[in-house]
Amino acid sequence: MHPVFPFVVAALLFGVGAYGVLVRRNAVLLLMSAELMLNAVNIVLITADVTIQRTLKPALPATGQIFALFVIVVAAAEIGVGLAIILRLYRLRRAVAVDEIPLADPLPAGAVLADDGLDERS
Amino acid sequence: MSIDLLAAALPAVPLAAALVGLLLPMRSRRLPAILAIGGAGTALVLAIAMVIRGPVETAEGVTIAEFGDLAVTFTTWADGTAGLVAVAVGIVATCVQVYSVAYLHDDDRYAPYAAQISLFTSAMLLVVVAGDLIPLVVGWEIMGLCSYLLIGHDRKLPEAPGAAVKAFIVTRTGDVGFILGVAILGTQAGSFRISDVLTHHYSAATLTAAGVLLLCGVAGKSAQFPLHTWLPDAMAGPTPISALIHAATMVAAGVYLVARLFPIFNGTALAVLAISASITMLLGAATAMAQQDIKKVLAWSTVSQLGYMAGALAVGSRGPALLHLLSHAGFKALLFLGSGALIHAVGSNLMTAMGGMRRSMPTTYITMTIGLAALVGLPPLAGFVSKDTILAAAHHAVSAPGEVTAGHEAGALAAGAAPLWAAWLVWIAGLVTTGLTGWYATRLWLRTFFGASAARHPHEPSWLMRGPLLVLAVPSALLGLVALAPFIAERLGMETPEPFETEALAPLALATLGSLVSWYTWRRTSGADPILVVPGRRVLVAAFGVDSAIDVLVVRPVHALARAVKRADELLVDGAVRGTGKGTVALGTLLGSAHRAGLPRAATAVLSGALLIAVAIAVGVGQ
Amino acid sequence: MTVADVLLTAIGAVVVGSALLVVTTRHIVHAGLWLVVTLTGVAALYLVLTAELVAWVQILLYLGAVVVLLLFAVMLTRAPIGARDDLDRPRWPGVLVGLGTAGSLAALLANAYRWDKIELPAAGTAERIGEHLFRSWVLPFELVGLLLLAALIGAIALSRSGDE
Repeated sequence: MHPVFPFVVAALLFGVGAYGVLVRRNAVLLLMSAELMLNAVNIVLITADVTIQRTLKPALPATGQIFALFVIVVAAAEIGVGLAIILRLYRLRRAVAVDEIPLADPLPAGAVLADDGLDERS
Repeated sequence: MSIDLLAAALPAVPLAAALVGLLLPMRSRRLPAILAIGGAGTALVLAIAMVIRGPVETAEGVTIAEFGDLAVTFTTWADGTAGLVAVAVGIVATCVQVYSVAYLHDDDRYAPYAAQISLFTSAMLLVVVAGDLIPLVVGWEIMGLCSYLLIGHDRKLPEAPGAAVKAFIVTRTGDVGFILGVAILGTQAGSFRISDVLTHHYSAATLTAAGVLLLCGVAGKSAQFPLHTWLPDAMAGPTPISALIHAATMVAAGVYLVARLFPIFNGTALAVLAISASITMLLGAATAMAQQDIKKVLAWSTVSQLGYMAGALAVGSRGPALLHLLSHAGFKALLFLGSGALIHAVGSNLMTAMGGMRRSMPTTYITMTIGLAALVGLPPLAGFVSKDTILAAAHHAVSAPGEVTAGHEAGALAAGAAPLWAAWLVWIAGLVTTGLTGWYATRLWLRTFFGASAARHPHEPSWLMRGPLLVLAVPSALLGLVALAPFIAERLGMETPEPFETEALAPLALATLGSLVSWYTWRRTSGADPILVVPGRRVLVAAFGVDSAIDVLVVRPVHALARAVKRADELLVDGAVRGTGKGTVALGTLLGSAHRAGLPRAATAVLSGALLIAVAIAVGVGQ
Repeated sequence: MTVADVLLTAIGAVVVGSALLVVTTRHIVHAGLWLVVTLTGVAALYLVLTAELVAWVQILLYLGAVVVLLLFAVMLTRAPIGARDDLDRPRWPGVLVGLGTAGSLAALLANAYRWDKIELPAAGTAERIGEHLFRSWVLPFELVGLLLLAALIGAIALSRSGDE
């Protein structure tokens, strides 16, 4: 087996995921693209597990696979929280397009930046 | 590690009285009065004891603090001069305290007032007996503080706060030089002990610098030109305070200091002193001629008489200067207390409100006549002898230059005498001033006690006020004769004077001439103010415009500078602070708006940044 | 070229192709479905790479849970059914970054392994993984459990209606 094949697949998958994150507007699609990137990482881990077990004296066997498992679990947690945030956003704004989220919300009173506290004119 | 207890007790007793007195309730009267009179009286007794004991060797003293190589010590210097000046201070202080009890009978802040006088007395006595420069400076500065407090005592007078501030600032201006001079002397000699300072060998330049710097302080305290302007304004204080300041404490300190440190002053410093003294005596006497306020006349007269003392020192005669200091303390205190009695009776400071007081106030009349005669210098009163010895010394310096004069044998330093022209200056100015003094003293006498009475029901004050007048009349009358006795003359370091030389008649003749002119004018104009016939009296009333000159030359530039500094402070310093704040906020807002990118742009930026870094590393590592 | 290589290439082509469809399709639901294809392909890759347990976990967790959650999210946010043209932003930055990332990663990894050839080990069993997981990695395992709990609570807290 040539490890270069799965590695290149992982690299391409990561690129596709990055493209998706940058281009997609819908938050759900954004999460899907993030999942693609995570999967690319997992492929690298699994392949490295096989490859490095062969080439190096293993101190901790099956490390790559265990890391992959952890990544999957973390991905599950991430998707859970991410979806909760998306639902909340949808409930607040009736939209889930990430570039429609207004960022310059009026700040609460008392945190006005223009007041430097030095002016004695007031 | 020993100290002369008698001399140390001299300032300590009034100090204790002052500290206790300051703690008393403000409106209490009996206890503060007892304390104050007791303190001053005890000091007087101690001073007399010191004179009787005679000069003692300067004790080693105690070390107060050590700063590296320099030790601040406290020793006392109880020579004959110190004892006599202390007696004068004690007499005047006691008289003033007694007098104040009656004079301030309805004042609601008598207790702190009496305590402040005690503190003032204590500070002056500290200056008198201090054997080290640092305690001397301490006493010197406490006097400045007390003069400020006491001149500003009467809060109802509109000019009192300004006068107090003026006295404080003007004397403080001189004190800057004084402290610098003390620092130069002390650091060069490695000790602040006066005996060490006097025996240390300084370079000529150091001596000149130190001497002139010390003279700044002397000019401030002793009201020498051009720092004399505070003294007439200090009349805003209660009359006993004027007596205290003018007679025995504040103004005497400068003269006493020059006499004490006399060997320090070399020819240059003495020339400076001579110029200042000559201007001071002429200007003071001329201005005194034109004043309407009786206290102002006496104040300018003090300025003029201080010029005499300084002039005597400038021609190298320490003894006559000190003798005049003592006699002036007597008769000027008497005159001020007498004028206080007049003001008390009439209710006004102006001489136009007085007149014809001779009959209604005989005690005041007689005692003040003695005081004025002493001021003019009529024989055999105190002023005659002291003034005559000064002019004799000046004449001596003029006629026999090069001879070592009376003051110089004591010092280990070979300080040069003042140049000849300075002696001429002092002598001529002194003679002219004698005539002017005769004129204005007579004017004061005539306008107050003779002529038509302008006051309703004037009456003699209580015995508390009359007593001090009588007491002070004694030294005013007799001090001159007593001073001829070796007991006093030796202690003052004088050669036994011979006042009845031929040239001694010149000042007497001039004084008589001045008096006669004044009397003749008064007589011819049937009781009008003699000043009305003097041309250019506006200049005299304005005291030759020194105040205006100082206003133009110093006060306004300082104000302008202060405004400029304030503006610079507002614009530059505050501006920098505010600018920093505003700039930071603006930058932060800018950065915040840059950060406020939407998620897509932020993600793009992060990912492309990471990519660029990776490429850069790859390229870098690849090479 | 071994059998494994052929399989890896073929499955890799499917994975990358379906992933491309995930990020380019104009139907949101289609994207979810193509994601299923991709994830299944990845699981197949794991199988070929002898990571049996990870492959089944992938199927279970990703296909069984994540994708279902995503589809629920699509429904709950009332995503439009059918083709939409407003799903994408301008593409060129994404294209640049995506191509750059993929290219540089691929170059890096390819440069590291060249045309090396290794023998695949015998297919790993769940027993072997479990042994290591609960011996050497037990502490991270517990931490991951804690993380999941935190995520659970966070998700609940976030999705409750914020009126109270």
